[in-house]
Amino acid sequence: MQKEKVRLHVNGRVYELEIDPNRLLLEVLRQDLGLTGTKRGCDDSSCGACTVLVDGEPQMSCLMLAVSYQEPEITTIEGVADGCELDALQRGFCVEGGAQCGYCTPGMILTAKYLLARNPDPSDQEINEALSGNLCRCTGYIQILASVRKAIELLRQEQPQEVER
Amino acid sequence: MSSFPQPSVIGARTPMVDSVDKVTGAGKYADDLTLPGMLVGKILHSPHAHARIRSIDTSAAEALTGVKAVVTGRETPVKYGILPVGHDETIFAVDKVRYIGDNVAGVAATSEAIAEEALRLIRVDYETLPAHFDPEQSMRAEDYLIHEGRPHNIEREYHHHFGNVEEGFEAADYIREDRFDCAEVTHAALEPHSTLAKFDPDGKLTVWSSTQVPYYLMKTLSSTLQMAEENVRVIKPLIGGGFGGKSEVIPLELAAAVLARKAGGPVKVTYTREEVFYAHRGRPRQIVELKTGVTRQGELTAVEVRVIQDGGAYCGYGVVTILYSGQLLNAMYDIPNVKFDGYRVLTNKPACGAMRGHGTVNTRFAFEQQLNRIAAVLGIDPVEIRRRNFLKPPCRTVNDLRVLSYGYPECIERVCDRSGWKHKYGRLPYGKGIGIAGSHYVSGAANPIIRSMMPHTTVNLTIDSDGAVTIFSGAAEIGQGSDTMQVQIVAAELGLAMEQVKIIAADTGRTPVDLGSYSSRVTFMAGNAALAAAREGKRRILAAAAEKLACSPDNLALEKGGVYYRADCRLALSFQDAVRLAVGRDGTLQAAGTYTTPPDSQGGKFKGAGVGPSPAYSYSAQVAEVTVDSESGQVSVDRIIAAHDCGKALNPLAVEGQVQGSVWMGLGQAVQEEMIWQNGRLMNPGLLEYRSPSTLESPPIETILVESNDPEGPFGAKEAGEGSLAATIPAVTHAIYDAVGVWIDTLPVTPEKVLKALEEKRRSCELTSL
Repeated sequence: MQKEKVRLHVNGRVYELEIDPNRLLLEVLRQDLGLTGTKRGCDDSSCGACTVLVDGEPQMSCLMLAVSYQEPEITTIEGVADGCELDALQRGFCVEGGAQCGYCTPGMILTAKYLLARNPDPSDQEINEALSGNLCRCTGYIQILASVRKAIELLRQEQPQEVER
Repeated sequence: MSSFPQPSVIGARTPMVDSVDKVTGAGKYADDLTLPGMLVGKILHSPHAHARIRSIDTSAAEALTGVKAVVTGRETPVKYGILPVGHDETIFAVDKVRYIGDNVAGVAATSEAIAEEALRLIRVDYETLPAHFDPEQSMRAEDYLIHEGRPHNIEREYHHHFGNVEEGFEAADYIREDRFDCAEVTHAALEPHSTLAKFDPDGKLTVWSSTQVPYYLMKTLSSTLQMAEENVRVIKPLIGGGFGGKSEVIPLELAAAVLARKAGGPVKVTYTREEVFYAHRGRPRQIVELKTGVTRQGELTAVEVRVIQDGGAYCGYGVVTILYSGQLLNAMYDIPNVKFDGYRVLTNKPACGAMRGHGTVNTRFAFEQQLNRIAAVLGIDPVEIRRRNFLKPPCRTVNDLRVLSYGYPECIERVCDRSGWKHKYGRLPYGKGIGIAGSHYVSGAANPIIRSMMPHTTVNLTIDSDGAVTIFSGAAEIGQGSDTMQVQIVAAELGLAMEQVKIIAADTGRTPVDLGSYSSRVTFMAGNAALAAAREGKRRILAAAAEKLACSPDNLALEKGGVYYRADCRLALSFQDAVRLAVGRDGTLQAAGTYTTPPDSQGGKFKGAGVGPSPAYSYSAQVAEVTVDSESGQVSVDRIIAAHDCGKALNPLAVEGQVQGSVWMGLGQAVQEEMIWQNGRLMNPGLLEYRSPSTLESPPIETILVESNDPEGPFGAKEAGEGSLAATIPAVTHAIYDAVGVWIDTLPVTPEKVLKALEEKRRSCELTSL
């Protein structure tokens, strides 16, 4: 197979590499870029563990050919924290037990990040609908919901308060 | 010591010590690991359910560029199995394949594509044989048996009789018999199994694997590869869920090692999701024929049960699974007479094994369902009938199980209060229902799989002169929080903040022996060993401090990061200074703690008595509320309230997570999960087809933690990770009865079954009214 030169924009960095054109973004992220936080759970887009953000929108990297995603900015779980400063969702998942085995966690956090970017005050039903493509076998989703709720609370606390005039 | 009550880290809602690694993606699971020159391993699986292998031609595969090793069964003849009585597997099939998916050959190549191409080039000449798929037919088979030495394809049968059931049934005013049929379900942990194996030039083997049982994996690698145990090292990275599916040795773990040896380079094998489904080792289909006698007041007089389990093609944990299905009928209620006939049957399907609530779940569903049916017939409130049959601990059951702490009555009362049971049961509008049930589970098997005089677990502690504490433990963190639990216990005992304690866990080359994460044993056993190690460390620190302070160690306490005088709570020394004194005195500061089950908890002397005994049992009671659409048959579970007696919630955040996860998994089994087989082929080997519930199918679960403070548990703690699963299923089916008046005795409760039952009910009402 003829390899292709590709440029991928991942977590604010540009990677130039030569890959087989049939390779999945999931494989390239994990094997070529060492970004193993993106997980493979099912092979057929059933579970959402491989979710990454493509220009901010969650997509399953097990369905994406890497060569087709050279333009957009791709965010993996490794790109969520600001240096050593954890994102509110990451802190929420720590504090409220949203990560038991942790295998679905990267996909959950990225999907929730998209939700909160569009809707900073979602109802429980809206959170559950947003996360319905991300399977978890550990939690029964109760502490995942609590983790997202916690993140919303943290974000609200951190917002600059409007000064009364 | 009134000024230093319960150590603050015990009972506090504590995030997992590895949670930052998990939320940042930094944590490494087996498939995340790579080594220079690493090869990809792939396994050729049998397309036939039952066939003799006439020959295998691997020459074309071996000739393919990039292929570094091809291994077949002839090179791997040593039999193994997780139980000493069940060594019936080889790494690759030697002369026969016994299920679609059985392991025929392995390939290691420089890329996945080449490895897959090599699999296609292997020519296997099979002679197909008649196969056995249904357990009740299989156990009547005379010919084409699956294993030698297993007449009628019966892996193992047990016949237990405690007390006298004939007399018990004679004393009964009402006797009820029902047949239950529970479909096969599987763990479907989100992380597919993965193993990386590497040989050093000196011939030593290192394996990183997704295992709940590093110690047993090390022993099995040693026996099947015929290497000394000291030359085999198993390292457990992060594990993406187990639920029992990684609690015995899975073929890829051995395949990776033999391929690495032959290829002369590191090999990683990772299953596809389909391979995970076929690797299986889940909960077998179980047929339960149950007969229960009660007095007019609802007091149990006798129980007789016949259990048939469809075990699949190999023994695995099967002997233990069938025993649990009978033995743990006891230790919930006071049953004076019990008879159990259990059959573990071989069929040409993937082997079943241990799954959360191992062996107990389907029998518990049957028993609780029948108890609720009896209550309905006798007009006794289902809560009251349970109250009338509570155990009165401390006690021993008829089959010699020792029960000390027993929070079941409190669990029942708490879920009744929370749910408003009295005002709801039998009083909700048609289509709405409420149901109740209970369950229990062991806090670790009292007897190890391989009988020995060794402790069940050992925990080592090293305290450096800078005050840093490191725990070395063989206990396998699989997402349930065992690392956090041990850190909490050691920190609490040494009077430190959790941040001052680190843990290195589950590396058979570096950490002491722990038998593994199965049978909900880790909090009770590794927790007790960690506590013992910390106590020994504390004793030595206080002895050195007492020498310096010229007082008795009894006058000193190790609390809040320092040594304090007990009399006036005055700080005497900092923790670090006290540690330096101890290191100065003894040279090093290390301590070990072990745990072994008390002899009187190890059970009776009859055949099969080894399975079921535990130092402590957890208890759960649950109320489920459902809506049943009588037009479509669809059941929606609206709410579950679960009370779990965990002895003492060392970390309520983790305990609640375990209880919720158990309830949820029980719910999946109750209403939607099922492995659907057709002639030995799995019809739904994907997470969507298997119908693992999503957020939208998962109701709110309210947890109530009941603390019965077990006298032998660490700080009173018992198990929390499995015992709640079983109660969910009969609570839901009971609620369905309350909603629409039909009992469903087969799992899962699909809309088709509900509609059929409603139709039958309607017909019988019409007949009655004629």
